[in-house]
Amino acid sequence: MCEPRAARRSAAGPPLTGFVCVLLLVCVSVASASLDTAEDPHHPTNSTGLKKAFPVLALNYDYVRKPFEIALWILLALLMKLGFHIIPRVSNVVPESCLLIGVGLLVGGIIRAIREEAPVLNTELFFLYLLPPIILDAGYFLPIRAFTENMGTILVFAVVGTLWNAFFIGGMIFGVCQIEGAQLAGVDLLSCLLFGTIVSAVDPVAVLAVFEEIHINELLYILVFGESLLNDAVTVVLYHLFEEFSHAGTVTVADAFLGIACFFVVSLGGIMVGAIYGLLGAFTSRFTSHTRVIEPLFVFLYSYMAYLSAEVFHLSGIMSLIACGVTMRPYVEANVSHKSYTTIKYFMKMWSSVSETLIFIFLGVSTVAGPHAWNWTFVILTVVLCLVSRVLGVIGLTYIINKFRIVKLTKKDQFIMAYGGLRGAIAFSLGFLLTDDNEMKSMFLTAIITVIFFTVIVQGMTIRPLVELLAVKRKNESKGSINEEIHTQFLDHLLTGIEDVCGHYGHHHWKDKLNRFNKTYVKRWLIAGERSTEPQLISFYNKMEMKQAMMLVESGSAARPPTHASSVSMQNIQPRESARGRAIPSISKSREQEIRKVLRGHLQNTRQRLRSYSRHDLLVDPFEDHVSEVRFRKQRVEMERRMSHYLTVPANRQETPAVRKVCFEPEHRVYTYDDGESPRGRAAQPRPGPADGVSLVSESPPGLGARGPDQEQEVQEEKEEQEEQDQLKLSRCLSDPGPNHNKEEEE
Amino acid sequence: MGASQTRSEHKHQHLADETGFSLEQVKNLHKRFQQLSGNEETIRELLDSVPALANNPIRKQIIEAFFDKRNQHHDEVGTCEEIGFEQFLMVMSHFRPPTLKTTVEEKEAMRREKLRFLFNMHDTDNDGTITLAEYRKVVEELLSKSGDIGQEAAKAIADAAMLEVASTNVPHMAPEDFYEGITFEHFEQILKGLEMETRMHIRFLDVGTTTMACGKSTS
Repeated sequence: MCEPRAARRSAAGPPLTGFVCVLLLVCVSVASASLDTAEDPHHPTNSTGLKKAFPVLALNYDYVRKPFEIALWILLALLMKLGFHIIPRVSNVVPESCLLIGVGLLVGGIIRAIREEAPVLNTELFFLYLLPPIILDAGYFLPIRAFTENMGTILVFAVVGTLWNAFFIGGMIFGVCQIEGAQLAGVDLLSCLLFGTIVSAVDPVAVLAVFEEIHINELLYILVFGESLLNDAVTVVLYHLFEEFSHAGTVTVADAFLGIACFFVVSLGGIMVGAIYGLLGAFTSRFTSHTRVIEPLFVFLYSYMAYLSAEVFHLSGIMSLIACGVTMRPYVEANVSHKSYTTIKYFMKMWSSVSETLIFIFLGVSTVAGPHAWNWTFVILTVVLCLVSRVLGVIGLTYIINKFRIVKLTKKDQFIMAYGGLRGAIAFSLGFLLTDDNEMKSMFLTAIITVIFFTVIVQGMTIRPLVELLAVKRKNESKGSINEEIHTQFLDHLLTGIEDVCGHYGHHHWKDKLNRFNKTYVKRWLIAGERSTEPQLISFYNKMEMKQAMMLVESGSAARPPTHASSVSMQNIQPRESARGRAIPSISKSREQEIRKVLRGHLQNTRQRLRSYSRHDLLVDPFEDHVSEVRFRKQRVEMERRMSHYLTVPANRQETPAVRKVCFEPEHRVYTYDDGESPRGRAAQPRPGPADGVSLVSESPPGLGARGPDQEQEVQEEKEEQEEQDQLKLSRCLSDPGPNHNKEEEE
Repeated sequence: MGASQTRSEHKHQHLADETGFSLEQVKNLHKRFQQLSGNEETIRELLDSVPALANNPIRKQIIEAFFDKRNQHHDEVGTCEEIGFEQFLMVMSHFRPPTLKTTVEEKEAMRREKLRFLFNMHDTDNDGTITLAEYRKVVEELLSKSGDIGQEAAKAIADAAMLEVASTNVPHMAPEDFYEGITFEHFEQILKGLEMETRMHIRFLDVGTTTMACGKSTS
């Protein structure tokens, strides 16, 4: 149970030494607890007359043993993960999964050395507790568009590819075993096929772990990952089929047909179960507006129930989970609050991360602990056959698929797909699940583990340099762009329209039909309130505005420059006509300058007063709510905007004393302003935050008094103009697209 | 009969070479064209012959695109009253997908062609830029079928989008400068991430299957 190796880790810090002390304490207490229990029987005999002293400090480890060990394991796994990311050199070369397996091996070795019983990755633990979070996370955040567009390809690879792998590996091993000799002659065909099934399935956990780090383009990611998810149905059916029949002995044609029927039942049944739970979850989320706190729990519980329900009937739990996540997501996201959405996202990521870490560590531990029967021929054969069958399968299937695909798969794509077919813990657990009367079990397990190690370590480590070498297209990390969203929707409609003109029912036609069905019938039931009629473009826009507003608030308080270091604001876009078509007579420029000077003069006094005022009160600020700050800024900015519509020269800001900024160090800017040259020629410098902080500085301290009053005014005017643009940008981001603002513009 | 058949074959072959379709695809599209035009030589009205378009929010733009001379690669501007099969095919050729043999330069050219098509759909007055008013119209049309959220939302979205284009392409603008509109280069820049050549295509039927295709035009 103890992990003294923690002390050996190089990335030790003060918290770790503290933790080590705690560990030692625990060990000591365990030892003393065993001593205590040994001593207890003596007490009654000694103390027939004496009263037993009240124990001030007592130890009872057995009471908390199980949860304590579990918590300790998880904690240590996470500390390991933390450690790897602190050492950047290692984590760039070796994928995290390999490191975790290595740690697991180490821990397993230590546990074996101290002759303790190691926790093994038994099937129940894996399939019921460790796998669901990973699959749920993957399913909930599955890129639907890419998935549905490539559904045909994915299905072909998942079903036909896995079948081919299973039969090829099983058959070839059987063949070689027959040739080989007495050693392996005991392996009959069905056992071989069973083994082939277990070892042929591409594993989603391993694929996720490796592909996550190489940021490959979306198409390849979804092809390999989608295949790893959907082959679960095939694996489940084949596994049960062969296991049943390895007891019975023979397989007839009727059994084969039953197997095919079973496949459809398993996969479609799994999807249906998942969809039902998904709809239930969506429906429930419609009513949670008063109890926002438990919203995330509904998502998790319904998904877990979907998984377990599918497992009850031997349906494909993975497909059920994916279906549940996919079905639930659009409706739940429309219904839940923003905080709940964040919670859901982060909890899912957290759980899947923990699960993944634990899986790899346990894999390492189980390797050391498990019963092994090493047979060189068998193991080498398995590894080679896995590779060969994968390559052949991918090439053959791509040749057929490319006849039907519009965007064909290139050789590079094929290579990555073949190379990315990693095996992982699912294969191990399925092997573990084999009943013990299968005498080849140890040999199978050894071979499975070797294959897993080979794929995860060797292929996992080399895939990144290969991807770079082959210059495979990477994921383009583009932030949400409103233009892209507009044009994606535009394209959808355009292509649907062209398909209608062409007269054939293609992909877009059906997608459009589904969307319309969704909008008219389903959304009304599953989404609360008026958001059910909100078009996707508007929800996207609102989400983006919210994100930008939060970013601005955050950047303001952290004194980081806002991300768009651009001086373009709404002024540059709005057509000039709207300013001129006003009922108010336009004022001459000189008059405007006068007005501004007067206003500024007043403001200067206010500001000077304010300076001393706000300096004393800076401490109050951190307790101000962000929201109210945003509101204040909005109000201020609204006023400025209104003013700016009446003056074509950018106006001054109105200073409201209530708005103060949290303490931060604004950059002190001093620049000269020559009448002739434009200050805007210089690169747009990132603003350090809202205007307040800058205003504190813009009262140039007396040290710079060498400048004439005129110049100073110009400098300030220019600063204000910059702030003005900033404010306008802020206002654009913060203001809702509501009727009031624009009405005022037009009046 | 035989002579006219070979003549149309020649014409089809010529068209296939010009637009890049295969002969089979040209024949299929010709059948479809004849259905739409009611066996006439030209099409004047698309909306009636394709009822499915009624559900499409941007049907007007799509129909206009067919009659737009700018999409004909002849450097003409304006709209036609009626289109023949050649013009029909020309518009359709914008939706061909890239093949395995398409080189990188050809892909670039294809992308530019498709983006040009989109640009022409937005730039209705053909001044070379998409002004704010035109962009607003685009967003309004997109949202037209989705209930009465109103003009303001569309305006706000279009404004935000325009601002994004301006900030990306011309990051440093003085307060007095005015961003005239989205030029074609800016348009290309802003939609770079969408990879038009792999997105903007539909499947043109190669073999003469009529099960799902030309036979069932009115749905």
